[in-house]
Amino acid sequence: MIKVENLNKIYKSVHALKDINLHVKKGELFAYLGPNGAGKSTTIRILTALTNPTSGTVSINGFDIKNSGFAFFKSNSIKSRQQCGLVPQSINLDQELSVYENLTIHGLLFRMGKSERNKKIEELLSYVDLSSRKESLVKELSGGMKRRLMIARALMHSPSVLFLDEPTVGLDAGMRRKIWGLIKKIQQQGTTIFLTTHYIEEAEFLADRVAFLDTGTILVVDTPSNLMSRLGTWALDRLIEDKMEPIYFSNREEANSYIASQNESFTLRRVNLEDAFLSMTGKKVK
Amino acid sequence: MIHSLLAVYYREMLIMRRRLTRLIPSWSVSPLLYLIAFGYAMGKHVEIDGHSYMEFLIPGLIAMNSMTQSFAIASEINIARFYWHIFEEIQAAPVSDLSYVAGEVLAGITRAILSTTVILILGTIFGVNLSCNFMFWLGVLLNSFVFSSLAVGLAMLVKSHGDQVLLTSFVITPMAFLGGTFFPLENFPVWGQNLIHILPITHAAKAIRAASLGNTPQISSYVVMAATGCLFFVLSVMCVKKAKD
Ligand SMILES: Nc1ncnc2c1ncn2[C@@H]1O[C@H](COP(=O)(O)OP(=O)(O)OP(=O)(O)O)[C@@H](O)[C@H]1O
Ligand SMILES: [Mg+2]
Repeated sequence: MIKVENLNKIYKSVHALKDINLHVKKGELFAYLGPNGAGKSTTIRILTALTNPTSGTVSINGFDIKNSGFAFFKSNSIKSRQQCGLVPQSINLDQELSVYENLTIHGLLFRMGKSERNKKIEELLSYVDLSSRKESLVKELSGGMKRRLMIARALMHSPSVLFLDEPTVGLDAGMRRKIWGLIKKIQQQGTTIFLTTHYIEEAEFLADRVAFLDTGTILVVDTPSNLMSRLGTWALDRLIEDKMEPIYFSNREEANSYIASQNESFTLRRVNLEDAFLSMTGKKVK
Repeated sequence: MIHSLLAVYYREMLIMRRRLTRLIPSWSVSPLLYLIAFGYAMGKHVEIDGHSYMEFLIPGLIAMNSMTQSFAIASEINIARFYWHIFEEIQAAPVSDLSYVAGEVLAGITRAILSTTVILILGTIFGVNLSCNFMFWLGVLLNSFVFSSLAVGLAMLVKSHGDQVLLTSFVITPMAFLGGTFFPLENFPVWGQNLIHILPITHAAKAIRAASLGNTPQISSYVVMAATGCLFFVLSVMCVKKAKD
């Protein structure tokens, strides 16, 4: 569905992406996890044709995103754009227009007919729980409502791939869960989802596969459970000279016998994705 | 192509409709001031080519206003691009650069035509009735085509909204005063006249004035405007790429 080969992006002084290779399957929920400045947004911007790559090839559903030939009409990139829905990191709604108008403009941009548009608007607004705010101006909505509206807008033209750039940033725990539920629901309808986040638990909860990205390089791509089981299933946190150093065990018995052999007390916990990330990068994500 | 052009245009029109109650007063204020200051206070005894100064002034104001108002589309684009990031929403949609520019240019032209109507109404209130024939509207149309195309191109090239404000005060404001809008060009020295004749606004002012006073405007003015407009339009389409990254 999404194919990225030897992708590089160089801004004037920053080598933002270094030889990225990715292959996201149809229907998959793929999470792109990395700290601030890792290159997550840059990748999404390239995949959605907002920024040109310095080198490498990208195709969505078989359509190359690069414009071939004359800039006036760019048929290939237009075909690939029709397939994609994008929820960017920063809110980009028309603040002075109503919820309904924002969705209508999106529908028009994606060449939808009037009856199709209006049907989809009703459907999506109830899907994201905003039916009662249809006529409200966007500037009167709360942050969480704006996020949900952005997701609804991206789904207007029924894209086969949805790109979500940190969809839950700045939201409270309850709203985050709600959006997670929404994302799962979208995937169940058959949409491929490419999601970036720096919340590890978000990737752990949602993703079929995760890529760890650090300063423009992909460290590893695997399922969350594989990444975690590389370390073990249980973990103990020890404090060694001001630093937390977890030890991992493949089963509970091993862990218990270790605790018995020490004269301190430990809390035993499950290995999580953060452990996997830390052991790969040696630094904290958040 | 036509679909996405209309989508871009429709968006601008929705925003304009929301602001119309603020825009109409703002379109009236400066022409009103010019009419009072120059028309009444200064122009009572001035006569140019057998017309009252007011009759001379209003077509000039229309040329100037259709220029500034169509150029103002650049601010709208910049606000959408730098503050609201809407530009990305449009870029991520299957909209070609050509449709995007055409949609924005059309919005600029619409804005110019509406503000021209406001001035015509003001003129009527001041007792000046111009003949708004086909050549008059064609002049307004081409003039706003030139300057909205220029505006879209420059909006794609600037790196911040501040740069845009600077461009307006260095490019548009001088043209507004020099292009034969407020006084006849014959009073300038010859080299100055030649210089001013290069500016598209001069042709617009001449054409619009001649048409609205019932004279026959020079076809060459229309040709110059159409050619300049087309040139700016093509350059603008090529500039859209530059706005990415
Ligand atoms: N337009 C730009 N011009 C120059 N450098 C840029 C530009 N956009 C991004 N960068 C650089 O590219 C690198 C990757 O940025 P990017 O926005 O992709 O990070 P990110 O992973 O999305 O981070 P965050 O979690 O903060 O959103 C950073 O070093 C950033 O400074
Ligand atoms: Mg980012």
